[in-house]
Amino acid sequence: MEFLQSLLNALPGAVGQGLIWGIMAIGVYITYRVLDVADLTVDGSLATGGATCVLLTLGGMNVYLAMLCAVLAGMLAGLVTGLFHTRCGIPAILAGILTQLALYSINLRIMGWGTSAGTQATLAIRVDNFDLAVSSRYIRELSLNNPIPLLLLAIALLIGLLYWFFGTEIGCAIRATGANRNMARAQGINTGRNTVLGLMISNGLVALSGALLAQYQGSSTIDMGRGAIVIGLAAVIIGEVIFSKLFRNFALKLLACVIGSIIYYVVIQIVLRLGLDTNDLKLFTALIVAIFLAIPYWKGQLSVRSKSRVNQAKEEKNNA
Amino acid sequence: MLELRHVSKTFHPGTVNAKTALHDLSLTLNDGDFVTVIGGNGAGKSTMLNAIAGTFPIDTGAILIDGKNITGLPEHKRASFIGRVFQDPMVGTAGSMGIEENLALAARRGKHRGLRWGISKIEREDYRALLASLGLGLENRLSTRAGLLSGGQRQALTLLMAALVQPKLLLLDEHTAALDPKTAEKVLELSDSIVSENHLTTLMVTHNMRDAIAHGNRLIMMSEGEIVLDISGEEKKRLTVEDLLERFSAAAGTELSNDRILLGA
Repeated sequence: MEFLQSLLNALPGAVGQGLIWGIMAIGVYITYRVLDVADLTVDGSLATGGATCVLLTLGGMNVYLAMLCAVLAGMLAGLVTGLFHTRCGIPAILAGILTQLALYSINLRIMGWGTSAGTQATLAIRVDNFDLAVSSRYIRELSLNNPIPLLLLAIALLIGLLYWFFGTEIGCAIRATGANRNMARAQGINTGRNTVLGLMISNGLVALSGALLAQYQGSSTIDMGRGAIVIGLAAVIIGEVIFSKLFRNFALKLLACVIGSIIYYVVIQIVLRLGLDTNDLKLFTALIVAIFLAIPYWKGQLSVRSKSRVNQAKEEKNNA
Repeated sequence: MLELRHVSKTFHPGTVNAKTALHDLSLTLNDGDFVTVIGGNGAGKSTMLNAIAGTFPIDTGAILIDGKNITGLPEHKRASFIGRVFQDPMVGTAGSMGIEENLALAARRGKHRGLRWGISKIEREDYRALLASLGLGLENRLSTRAGLLSGGQRQALTLLMAALVQPKLLLLDEHTAALDPKTAEKVLELSDSIVSENHLTTLMVTHNMRDAIAHGNRLIMMSEGEIVLDISGEEKKRLTVEDLLERFSAAAGTELSNDRILLGA
């Protein structure tokens, strides 16, 4: 009973975090599934989004304008990775790692802007002093300050916007680039440019997620994006495993990422309450993602083997 | 119409794997020519088509279409006047996208892609009619993913896509090699009718001598990156498989022995 009680208490927080990370998961979906590129920039661009948003808000900028700037900063990070990949011939994974590493220094600089040291690893922002869009403080309150309705609205708008965009001629070209690069080029599509564009959109979304997360937790930190790609992948894969048969439409597939993210955070709350040490969370997440990534492969291996066994049996029958 | 001037291409130059795929190759195609290309493994047939399409840069020489030098043009820009069908049915279409989406992508080849909707209602009706002309029942499966189609269906769809925006040049790279004989014949028939309806200048690589003789108005045979035979007009019409074998060994100085070349079924 006590277990359930504490879990229920933690549920709103899990949903809030799940929604924020759901935006990040949509960004990962766009690179990983639509563009067929594993982009590791996100670990850095998430923190860039948080740092940019907090710095500008502290400086007196309207928080929504600050979030827009965070999105632009994230898109810039995606642009750099995209240019590393398409113009310098660096494999996508490595290009993302390079940008991610570079962003570590840049994020320190952003958060240390105007300080005497010039770099700083955390930047706090208090909801009492600033008119923030979301804050975890009100997560259990039944009031307009509760972040969940706003996050739901934001996600609905984002999914609508992305659904429209990926249905346009440019969006179709990006999808074709991810589906089959040879075909795309043969149909006159500039695959390099579309890959860059996809990476920019993805990292813009990830930075938006970072900007919301920093407000939600009341600070931007240098390591807030550590392992973000794995959490994003976890959300994408959980969403696919549960909804792949149900959700065929593109907008619903994006929604599945958000639901996957919420499920991920609820599960995390459960295992934490079952006694898992917070420090072991990343190990737990990595193992879960590894298993879910391996399942389709194992399934394939099994069906190959059973098929060859059937064939062997047939042959033996024929020979007999 | 198409002109290759002294085109050479060596893969992996300066290594033990260096392979001269095209050797000072020159070729001129006239408007409306339907040229079949035949030759052994590694003769440079596909390399020639890929060089024209811009898959890789060539080492020396020039490629011109309608007098315009396209040697330095990237692949996706050449696509506005070159239609292609590949050997592997998987390559020509986007498997995770619908039949109509694939056609809509092809309809925008060489055009500006903006923020208009990726496929219009009018287009959809056009595609339905176009697909009905194939007689494969695809007109009722517009939103079916291309990946669910058979190899022959995918090649037929790719052919439609290649000709949807009238290209100046059609490149068919052994596009029936991966199909069973019956399907291959159907796809070849379709190729013939698309080429003649649109008066397309066409290069068709094949490994089937009989097909090479039966289709087109001109036949070239390649060996070691060079054109060793070029037969057209009345002479091509009278050509037999035996003639071809004889003339090949006379021209290339070796017997044509290759397990991949089919002498004809």
